[in-house]
Amino acid sequence: MSLDKQGIAKRIAQEIENNMYINLGIGIPTLVANYIPEGMDVVLQSENGLLGIGPFPTEAEVDADLINAGKQTVTMLPGSVLFDSAESFAMIRGGHVHLTILGAMEVSENGDIANWKIPGKMVKGMGGAMDLVASADNIIVAMQHTSRKGDSKLLPECTLPITGLKCVKKIVTNLAVLDVLGEGGFKLLERAPGVSVEEIEKATAGKLIIEGEIPEMQI
Amino acid sequence: MINKVVSGPDEAIHDIPNDATLMLGGFGLTGIPENCISALLRKGVTGLTCISNNAGVDGFGIGLLLETRQVKKMISSYVGENALFEEQLLSGLLEVDLIPQGSLAERVRAGSAGIPAFFTPAGVGTEVAEGKETREFEGKTYLLESWLRADFSIIKAWKGDTAGNLIFRGTSRNFNPMMAAAGKITVVEVEELVPAGELDPNQIHTPGIYVQRIFQGKDYEKRIEQRTTRQA
Repeated sequence: MSLDKQGIAKRIAQEIENNMYINLGIGIPTLVANYIPEGMDVVLQSENGLLGIGPFPTEAEVDADLINAGKQTVTMLPGSVLFDSAESFAMIRGGHVHLTILGAMEVSENGDIANWKIPGKMVKGMGGAMDLVASADNIIVAMQHTSRKGDSKLLPECTLPITGLKCVKKIVTNLAVLDVLGEGGFKLLERAPGVSVEEIEKATAGKLIIEGEIPEMQI
Repeated sequence: MINKVVSGPDEAIHDIPNDATLMLGGFGLTGIPENCISALLRKGVTGLTCISNNAGVDGFGIGLLLETRQVKKMISSYVGENALFEEQLLSGLLEVDLIPQGSLAERVRAGSAGIPAFFTPAGVGTEVAEGKETREFEGKTYLLESWLRADFSIIKAWKGDTAGNLIFRGTSRNFNPMMAAAGKITVVEVEELVPAGELDPNQIHTPGIYVQRIFQGKDYEKRIEQRTTRQA
C-alpha cells in the first residue's frame, strides 16, 4: 500500500529534531505540523513574518491580520514573534532556519528541484521557494513518486524550469524514503508498507541506489 | 513635529500621475491599503507599474485595478489567486516580472537604504538569473540583484501618529515597512490615527521620516482568503 498524504506527513515528522526552527511549505508539508512528536520543542516559521505558528483558530479567534504563507488563518503561541518580510528572508538566507520541507514537481538525481512553473500553463510565481531552497542546509521534499499520468518525478535531470540547484537532501514519497547523494543518485532508505523494491525501481527514472535489505517505514 | 495628516485617501493620492511606479504593501489580502486602492479606482489613473508581493484576488485588492485596466505591469512574487490576471497576461494587456519573494523584499529594503545592488543565492541557475551577473563567495555562487524604488509607496498600518510614525499588527506588517521607506512619496492609511506623543517610541516599527502623508482610513473589509478554523 502506498502512503496517502497524511502518511507522507507522518513519516516526515520523524525527521524533526528537538529545538529546530522549521519552514513548512504549502500542501503536504503543512500537514507535518499535525504529527510533530509530543514533547518536542520546535518553532514553525512562516515567511510572511511569523515565528511560532499556532493551531488554526476557532471561529471566535479568527483574525484577518494573522495568516500563514498559504494565506490560511492561524494563531500564535506563547513566545511567538512578528516581523517584516525582509527580516523573514534574512532569517532564511542567513541559515537560521534549520529545516525546510516543501513540495516538488520534479527532483533530479543531483538534488535539483523544479516546483514553480509549467511552461505553457499559467505561471503563478515562485513565492519564497527560490529563497528557501537556495539557503537551507537541510531540505526535505514531500511529493508523490509519480505524476498523475504515471511518469516518474525522480529524474536524471529536471525537465521543468528549475527552482534551485543541488539542494534537496531527502525525499519522502508515497512509495519510499530516499537520500539524494552528493555525488548523485537516489539512495533508497525505506519502502512504504507493502511496497516492493521492484515497484520503487519501476517508478524511479533517475539513478536508484539499492544496498542490502530495504526496511519498511515504521509509521 | 511636522504634521503629515491629510484629509483622506483622495487627497493622499491626488498627484499620482499616469504611468507612475507604485509600491503597495500587503501579503495576500493582509495589510493592503484598501482605502487608497479605492481612491486610485476613483481617480482612474492608468499605466501603473505596481510593485506588490501579490496581485490581489478577483474583485478585491489590486484585482480591482486590474478590472479597470489601470495596471500596465506587476512586479510580484506570486500571482496565482487571480483569474483576471491570467486572462490579461495571456492576452498581452499586462506585463509581469516575477521575483523570488526574499529578493523582492531585499530589493525594496536596498532601495530604501541607498544600496543599489546586493548578492543573493536565490535564483542561481534559474530563469531569474538570466542576464544577471553572478559571483562566487566562499565556494558558493550568488546573483546580483538591484534595488527597487517607487514614485509613490502606498502603505497600510494599524496605528499611526500625526508625525507619521507607524505600528503594524500581526502579519499585516509584511512588506509595508520596507516599502514605506522606499517611496519618493509615501502615503499611509491607518486604522487609528493619534496625536504625536501618544505612541510609545519604543514600540514604533516605522519612523515618521519615511512618511509624507497619513490619514485614518475607514470601512476596512479585511477579506480573508483561506478561512481555516478548528473546532472550539
